[in-house]
Amino acid sequence: MSERLYGILLDSFWKILLPGLKMTIPLSAISFSLAMVIAVVMALIQFANIRILKHLARFYIWVIRGTPLLVQLYVIFFGLPGIGIVLDPFLSAVIVFSINEGAYGAEIIRAALESVPKGQMEAGYCVGMSYLQIMRRIVLPQALRTAFPSLSNSLIAMVKDTSLAANITVTEMFMATQRIVARTYEPLALYCEVGLIYLMFSTILTKLQRVGEKKLDFYGYQGGKS
Amino acid sequence: MIEVKGIRKSFGSTEVLKGVDLYVEKGDVIAILGPSGSGKTTFLRCMNFLETADEGSMTFDKETYNLGHISKKDIGKIRRKTAFVFQNFNLFLNKTALENVTEGLIVARKMKRSQAEAMGKRALDKVGLSDRYYHYPHELSGGQQQRVAIARALAAEPEIIYFDEPTSALDPELIGEVLEVMRDLAGEGMTMLVVTHEINFARNVSTKVIFMEEGRILEEGKAQDFFENPKEERTRDFLRLVSREQTKAGI
Ligand SMILES: Nc1ncnc2c1ncn2[C@@H]1O[C@H](COP(=O)(O)OP(=O)(O)OP(=O)(O)O)[C@@H](O)[C@H]1O
Ligand SMILES: [Mg+2]
Repeated sequence: MSERLYGILLDSFWKILLPGLKMTIPLSAISFSLAMVIAVVMALIQFANIRILKHLARFYIWVIRGTPLLVQLYVIFFGLPGIGIVLDPFLSAVIVFSINEGAYGAEIIRAALESVPKGQMEAGYCVGMSYLQIMRRIVLPQALRTAFPSLSNSLIAMVKDTSLAANITVTEMFMATQRIVARTYEPLALYCEVGLIYLMFSTILTKLQRVGEKKLDFYGYQGGKS
Repeated sequence: MIEVKGIRKSFGSTEVLKGVDLYVEKGDVIAILGPSGSGKTTFLRCMNFLETADEGSMTFDKETYNLGHISKKDIGKIRRKTAFVFQNFNLFLNKTALENVTEGLIVARKMKRSQAEAMGKRALDKVGLSDRYYHYPHELSGGQQQRVAIARALAAEPEIIYFDEPTSALDPELIGEVLEVMRDLAGEGMTMLVVTHEINFARNVSTKVIFMEEGRILEEGKAQDFFENPKEERTRDFLRLVSREQTKAGI
């Protein structure tokens, strides 16, 4: 490796990692948190079979899962100004990522809710608990345990997908890399470098997922088994 | 204490309960026998509103309710005086044995945690699980799980406990420990309504036996009379069949 290239890679490592820490991580963290709120609400609406809301939830999930993330980003960032709604890039990205991930998360959590053995609801009623108490204290904790591995996987997928935000001028890691490439003309090395940094992030998250699963395993409950 | 009259229940176009009447006195241990599909479970579930009966009335502690149009509030009121033990235990899988027992006390009855735990421990001691307070359901045998479920039922000091085939999901060697707990409860005067296939339990522990068939009560009587002089031909056939099967299974 030439000394020049080595210098570029070393120098750019921090210039890529910094936006990673300042943009990619906050963007992922905020979006995923909001997505989980949306997902739990949408899953519960369907699980509880609330009449009109249920159709709205299905419609939302259908639209979001059926259209590309990139298109959704364009609609919000480039499209909405057409009707007078101008949002800054970061906020647009947060909105799109949380709405997008919320739809996928809703499906994961709904399936997990359905895998919780039903008899526990009846047992809850028999000891005088209300529907909401049973959901909050018995069913939802078990469902979230079941859903945890899948949700962790989608968090990892989302961290990688935040690179798409470069398209709407969010200066996250990928955008930072593109800028350096434009200056140095070393696309192969630099894109591989940013890839490695994403890999690093994913690896850390996977490790955290393992730890989380161990922690949650304290009651040994595996979804679907009664 | 409880009187129900004319309970009817259909699922779609099949009528599963065709007018069931029952009178329960305090301290009664009533065994409900009958072939599979005769409506025993459905009847018990209607008693505790896990199913809504289409018709019928219930008098509980001198208050009469129309089972076809009962309010949520009345359901809650009756449920406070009753408890249910399921065939499949239905323990809360994310809660320890003790939490299973205290959950309803703390969450539904707003009892202080310390008081609930004291009551919960007492209930678990009673079913012989003083060394299993902090075990999760998956760490317990089927017999132990069912005993936790009985402790959960006991903890709220109900006036009656409904049991739906409490030993049917258990390995044969674990049935004894559960029946023993139930026998003790009966001995202490707990009012119980027990759907069971355990003829010996019905014969030796219950005060009254009911034989159901096709959604009706075909025969009922004191346990001794019922087993010694069954009146109905169908009852005799059933008893013969069951005792032959249980001898064969070595129960
Ligand atoms: N939720 C339901 N939907 C439709 N049919 C039902 C439902 N529950 C019970 N049934 C039907 O009602 C009839 C009576 O069922 P039930 O479970 O009360 O019988 P059982 O006497 O408890 O039988 P077993 O000894 O097998 O437990 C059966 O024919 C059953 O198929
Ligand atoms: Mg049954």
